[in-house]
Amino acid sequence: MSGYDPALVRADFPLLGRVIHDHPIAYLDSGATSISPASVITAMSHYYENSHANVHRAVYVTAEEATATYEGARRRVGRFIGAPHPDEEVVFTKNATEAFNLFVKSWGASQLRPGDVVVLSEMEHHANIVPWFQLRDQIGIEIRFIPVSDDFRLDLSGLDELLVGAKVVSVTGMSNVLGTINPVRELADRAHAVGAILVVDAAQSVAHSVTNVVEMGADAIMFSAHKMLGPTGLGVLWVRREILSAMPPFLGGGGMIADVTLEGFTAASGVTRFEAGTPPIAEAAGLSAAVDYLEKLGMAAIADHEAQLTGHTLERLATEFAGRVRILGPSTLEKRGGVISLDVEGVHPHDLAQVLDQFGVCVRPGHHCAKPLMRRFGVVATARVSFGPYSTLGDLDALFDGLHHAVGVFG
Amino acid sequence: MAGMEDLYKEIIMDHYRSPRNRGELLSPPATRTEGFNPLCGDEIVVYLIVDDGVLTDIKMTGQGCSISQASASLMSAAVKGKPLSDVRERIDTFKALMTVHEAALDGEASDAVDLRRLGELAALQGVVKFPVRIKCATLAWNTLIQGLEEISPT
Ligand SMILES: Cc1ncc(COP(=O)(O)O)c(C=O)c1O
Repeated sequence: MSGYDPALVRADFPLLGRVIHDHPIAYLDSGATSISPASVITAMSHYYENSHANVHRAVYVTAEEATATYEGARRRVGRFIGAPHPDEEVVFTKNATEAFNLFVKSWGASQLRPGDVVVLSEMEHHANIVPWFQLRDQIGIEIRFIPVSDDFRLDLSGLDELLVGAKVVSVTGMSNVLGTINPVRELADRAHAVGAILVVDAAQSVAHSVTNVVEMGADAIMFSAHKMLGPTGLGVLWVRREILSAMPPFLGGGGMIADVTLEGFTAASGVTRFEAGTPPIAEAAGLSAAVDYLEKLGMAAIADHEAQLTGHTLERLATEFAGRVRILGPSTLEKRGGVISLDVEGVHPHDLAQVLDQFGVCVRPGHHCAKPLMRRFGVVATARVSFGPYSTLGDLDALFDGLHHAVGVFG
Repeated sequence: MAGMEDLYKEIIMDHYRSPRNRGELLSPPATRTEGFNPLCGDEIVVYLIVDDGVLTDIKMTGQGCSISQASASLMSAAVKGKPLSDVRERIDTFKALMTVHEAALDGEASDAVDLRRLGELAALQGVVKFPVRIKCATLAWNTLIQGLEEISPT
């Protein structure tokens, strides 16, 4: 899109002013966590400087402001993802991982029976695997995995058999290792056709493309504020109203009850029954500002910008490192996002990341919390490059300088 | 600020490129111990033969970064053929080397380790300036400790 000026965008992010080892920072780890524009940081300090009070119940002015900020964030983020009923469907959690745990331990434990089938995929983050295994160990569900093909896509050829007996399909919208964007709508239709619900891990996709839960056909999605220019400590669980209404509370305590007596308690109705204790209020203010910022840039424009950077990177890798660097992920822009995992011949990801750090370049070495996927492709780790709205061609120049140097040192 | 030359010393690169004592030993008689760094997925297998209180042979397989591979290689060269008492002394020296960082932060003098007695192992000294890499360097050593523990529990 015209009018997208990465240099102007960059100026909004205070952290990008840092100089690391005499190089301007080239932050290429947005897949792990994104950095925040000044407006997000200001929104949080505004709360602390002006309205630091607890939410709900109190009647004084600052408490009312705090409540309005917190509940406003729920509506703001709900609208951002196209939720039909934000007030009744958006639950705030600690992060995407807690959102998964909440959903599995509440919906899963109350709705699934021994022998029911849960379908995941081989490219899932541990957050979308381990809670299901925990539930399996508790109540004896069966877990199946959609395989990943050699071209880094979900292999849906055997999906009909996998779906026999399925009550839920839970897959990532975009792989945090491969960059692969999955056919969520198709999965929703096929899950629904057998009476299963579709859960989408939106942690990677939400900051990089338009999210609309209705168009996706999803029944629940999870994501973290910190991967969408917002603060750490806040996650989002969206669950379709009809499904959420049948879910029992998760954690117990203040804020989630309608009544407590010496005999027992009655849970609050609505989303607050999942939000025990004082919630992350400043973080909610930050998330609102982050969503404002993303929408100001435009999600389609962000997606275009990141696609350009991704295309540029894939091209340079192919011309400058042909035969030396294997990309663990699709090699074209077709249905892929701005996450590029590198396996550099003769250079361990830790060493590569260490050399890149000397160039001010931040990339992530490791298994990226997706060990089954790593095993699938026979590697223990990759070095992952991932983009945000503020990434520039200058970051890529620094990356490639570092790559050439690393291959020189270790090759 | 610590530079790369502190980490990737020539000796380290040499041991990374041409690791000493790589391979397997028939087990038994050798003990076979697996080590694992859950943070990065690095793996190592250490084979040991102890004869009459002497570590007569050591071999290793596995994969990992330059620091973990070089540290394993340097370790094997430092302990092979040594009486177990010497091996344990080496281990203690190495451990001290990896903690001087914290000691220095606590304001203590960092001469807790006599570098002259370390020989080539001294090349690993720079690793402490890169705290996340300490785990890479210690993997082989912890696995050696575990293997010795199996042979002669302390
Ligand atoms: C695809 C995916 N799912 C889930 C998560 C978990 O997010 P968080 O660590 O914020 O809970 C991540 C991030 O690490 C991710 O990339």
